[in-house]
Amino acid sequence: MKKKPTSIYKGPGPKEANVFLTSASAIMNWSQRSSLWPLTFGLACCAIEMISAAAARYDMARFGWEVFRASPRQADLMIVAGTVTNKMAPVVKKLYDQMAEPKWVIAMGSCATCGGVFQTYSVVPGVHNIVPVDVYIPGCPPRPEALIHGIMTLQMKIDSQVNFAAKPRKIEPGYRGPGRRVTV
Amino acid sequence: MTVNWNRQNYRGEIPEEHPAVLALRRDKASAVLEVGTSCGEVWAVVPPEEAVAALTLLRDDPALQFDFLSDLTAVHWPHRAGAEFEVVYQLYSISHHHRFRVKVRLAEGKSTPTATGVWATADWLEREVFDMFGIVFEGHPDPRRIINPEGFEGYPLRKEFPLEGRVRW
Repeated sequence: MKKKPTSIYKGPGPKEANVFLTSASAIMNWSQRSSLWPLTFGLACCAIEMISAAAARYDMARFGWEVFRASPRQADLMIVAGTVTNKMAPVVKKLYDQMAEPKWVIAMGSCATCGGVFQTYSVVPGVHNIVPVDVYIPGCPPRPEALIHGIMTLQMKIDSQVNFAAKPRKIEPGYRGPGRRVTV
Repeated sequence: MTVNWNRQNYRGEIPEEHPAVLALRRDKASAVLEVGTSCGEVWAVVPPEEAVAALTLLRDDPALQFDFLSDLTAVHWPHRAGAEFEVVYQLYSISHHHRFRVKVRLAEGKSTPTATGVWATADWLEREVFDMFGIVFEGHPDPRRIINPEGFEGYPLRKEFPLEGRVRW
């Protein structure tokens, strides 16, 4: 006796075709959070910890964040690792503007978060004054574990975004205030 | 010929007996206004119009040979009326291994001749002093800011400049 099909699907069975059912938002979030390509952006001593996080001992590649790009066109995550001076600030802003959407920013360390110990005329008091920041990582400098925790927190944030129902995030040209603040 | 002035010829107690001061006093073109000792090293104050002649003498004297301008910086003394700024030349002799310090006192708004003709390294150092203190060096080949961004207003190492700058974030 022939078994009656239970689905309108006429192709091979689920075992052969590997069909999954999910929402478009979930699969977009999964793909975006699983292959974050950071922009190589070492400004000060925090960069040493970022290099260490990418090197063999901590090995960020385990999580799919391994490809540090030297071009903003190919990156979607900017890790601001170090002190941003007033002279460097236009360059940071320009690199952020050159990155393709969707893009995220991590302020790594005290200097990128609030200026750190440099309360002077020449240092930007927090990188959120020039670009919107998604995750702040405290520390001077933060250990590689803290950076990995920070990117995992960013992954949680990406996972919570709704892609088609909500209004897309719009950044005004004269953006001044902090973004949605997530402290690790 | 290596002469260590601090150990053999000069013991540091009397700055007037330092060979660089004696050489400057011998020279008619330069007048030494004041000498003193700081941290075991002798300094001398010369007037701005005599500065280049004095520095050239210190560089070219075979017994002194200050062939390296180790640093050129400035100090702001806002309470010294008529001599608010002090340009400091830190000299070092690579062949003799001795040091000397020359100071030039300036009133606010006054300029001093450039030392780029004596040591080429004075170029960027004088640009830095201009950038941070606003002291103009006459005859400088490239009188621009060197450290602060273009369009920066004010001179940050002056005492009246606010610590966090004038930009409101």
